[in-house]
Amino acid sequence: MKYDIILCGVGGQGVLSVAAAIATAAGIENLNVRQSEVHGMAQRGGAVLSHLRISDTEIHSDLVAEGSADMVLSMEPLESLRYISFLKPEGIVISAQEPFINIPNYPELDKIHTEIKKMKNSKLVDTAHIAKESQNPRASNMAIVGAASRYLPVKTESLKKAVAILFKNKSDEIINKNIRAIELGGSI
Amino acid sequence: METYALLGDEAIALGAVDAGLSAAYGYPGTPSTEIMEYLQQIEKKEGKPLARWSANEKTAYEEALGASFYGKRTLVTMKHVGLNVAADAFMNSALLDIRGGLVIAIADDPGMHSSQNEQDSRYYAEFAHIPCFEPVNQQQAYDVMSEAFDLSEKLHVPVMVRLVTRLSHSRAAIKTSSRKKENPGVKAPDVKQWMLLPALARKQWHSLLKKEKEMKSISETTDWNPMVIKNSKIGVITSGLGKNYFLENLDQCSQEFNHLHIGYYPLPYDKINKIASSSETLIVIEEGEPLIEKQLRGILPLTIDVKGKLSGAIPREGELTPDTIRSVLGLSPKASAISSSMPLPGRPPQLCKGCPHDDTYTFIKEVVSELKESAVMSDIGCYALGALPPLQVPETIVCMGASITMAKGAAESGMKNVMAVLGDSTFFHSGLTGLVDCVADNVPVTILVLDNSTVGMTGGQETILPSERIKQIALGVGVHPDHVHVVNAHKNDHDSNTALLRKELNFNGVSLIIPVRECIEYFRKKRKAEKGDN
Ligand code: SF4
Repeated sequence: MKYDIILCGVGGQGVLSVAAAIATAAGIENLNVRQSEVHGMAQRGGAVLSHLRISDTEIHSDLVAEGSADMVLSMEPLESLRYISFLKPEGIVISAQEPFINIPNYPELDKIHTEIKKMKNSKLVDTAHIAKESQNPRASNMAIVGAASRYLPVKTESLKKAVAILFKNKSDEIINKNIRAIELGGSI
Repeated sequence: METYALLGDEAIALGAVDAGLSAAYGYPGTPSTEIMEYLQQIEKKEGKPLARWSANEKTAYEEALGASFYGKRTLVTMKHVGLNVAADAFMNSALLDIRGGLVIAIADDPGMHSSQNEQDSRYYAEFAHIPCFEPVNQQQAYDVMSEAFDLSEKLHVPVMVRLVTRLSHSRAAIKTSSRKKENPGVKAPDVKQWMLLPALARKQWHSLLKKEKEMKSISETTDWNPMVIKNSKIGVITSGLGKNYFLENLDQCSQEFNHLHIGYYPLPYDKINKIASSSETLIVIEEGEPLIEKQLRGILPLTIDVKGKLSGAIPREGELTPDTIRSVLGLSPKASAISSSMPLPGRPPQLCKGCPHDDTYTFIKEVVSELKESAVMSDIGCYALGALPPLQVPETIVCMGASITMAKGAAESGMKNVMAVLGDSTFFHSGLTGLVDCVADNVPVTILVLDNSTVGMTGGQETILPSERIKQIALGVGVHPDHVHVVNAHKNDHDSNTALLRKELNFNGVSLIIPVRECIEYFRKKRKAEKGDN
């Protein structure tokens, strides 16, 4: 088994938290994981890309090859299109539907949504709604993880355990809200 | 044996500690920063090793040399361009009689994710005649440290470990070994081998060249340079992450290859001859400059077909990826999902919302717009992002500290209204010496030191000294007190700041303006840390 994910979004949106949750869950299941991160200049409001590879055999490359990703998982719709060439023909795009507009020439949102829906397998997630429902304005990340959960090669239980590990310094209330966001994301 | 999921940088740090590290010095720079940050976390928890940021890479290197002189295993870390700053100490250290292992962990940035060039540190190792290891994954990044320290103490030379962004900033699980004891503090036994006076240096140079022979013979036998000959007509030489991308594609290739991987330098000439004589074509896949390929080609005609970055078979610029080497391996590009035909606007990095630099640039921009002739020489740091729209204020960005000195040169050539814009940390790094030059020649420049109390670009390390002292430093080196100003980097003070800048540009001498406001990222980080501690 080998599962390649392209994670993307805008600097500050928490792409790395999404990566950490999935990578930790894969670790819990004793799978091999490689997760490339983005640091430094690329963070500040710019496009952010992280490669996450999960496998039960040895992983050589830190980078996903073009046309090989099983999933493009994006915190932002425009960014999901930017890296679409990584997706394999039968792969799936999962993106938050809400845009992050910090550039003057952001295209019309409808066009972006239409473009995403044109893909063979795609899913737009109303993360803002989920954030509201789970009473956690910062839940978008975990909502996206939830939306991806049924396709990922890890159990949802492991994702929840991962949240508990990653937020171990936080209150139970925060952990539960994030777990709730995964559940809500998973129910779409 | 324990398992951890670590960044390549963190694996270097932990590998060093488990190899008996006593002290580490460095200057932050992407992608090397996390090495020191991880060491500092360990120091905080366990009380050691000593892990310190220095004012710049040169001072870091020299501090490391001092620790090594006392027999301790010492690590010095920086990004690739940092080694240019430390090059004086680095080149000369190769001639010393190293007893306490000295390892230099350098992170290159092919593809320039966060740097101003793509220079390849392997050239520096070759230049200095010292060994260089190149790990290809996190486990090797951990394992290499013990090997590098041992070799440094065996051959009595500094040893380089070269990393690249994709390894530094990629996470994987590693297995650790037991921790070695630190070296006792023992002064270098023969101080004559630490004084590079010409007569003594000649002896040291002679002895380095002798050591180099041993470095080369190690290259033929070390596990870091494995070779498999499979009776194929095609041989592949990989180095660094080139190996990973080669292996990633291998199962899709219809044929087998002879394969030599190079993870240790100087190069294994015999092994290279062996793979060349067993193959009709040699493919060279290396991350960074075509250092190996260039040596294979030399000047005289080749008897074998060599394919790589110089032949054009692999892109000469940017970093390698699993995709860029497919065609040289005879593979066609992979089919991907329908590529979207929609044109996508770029999303370049920006100053954070509410960044103090934004307000500073806004007032500089207004003053510049009134001037017939002016120049804004800038420097390396977050504030370089002000060169992009909408601000577009900086006009030169070259290397750490160059803002002040380039401003001096331009002003002395007769240019009017020359400004230098740099951050507080860059000022301590190498702006200070430029200020001394300006004062010595009383040059009409206006220097703006943007004081955000942190090294913002690399994620908010503390500046080496409290930046309030910059004012005292300026006065101390002789900038006239009437022309040293500390102001608020805030839009509420926009009018007074523009008025002040206009006035100082008219002054025929050195002026220093220090716009102060805390980096908001640093502020957040601090607040988070305070909360976490409670
Ligand atoms: S990190 Fe700090 S200095 Fe850098 S852009 Fe953000 S606020 Fe400004």
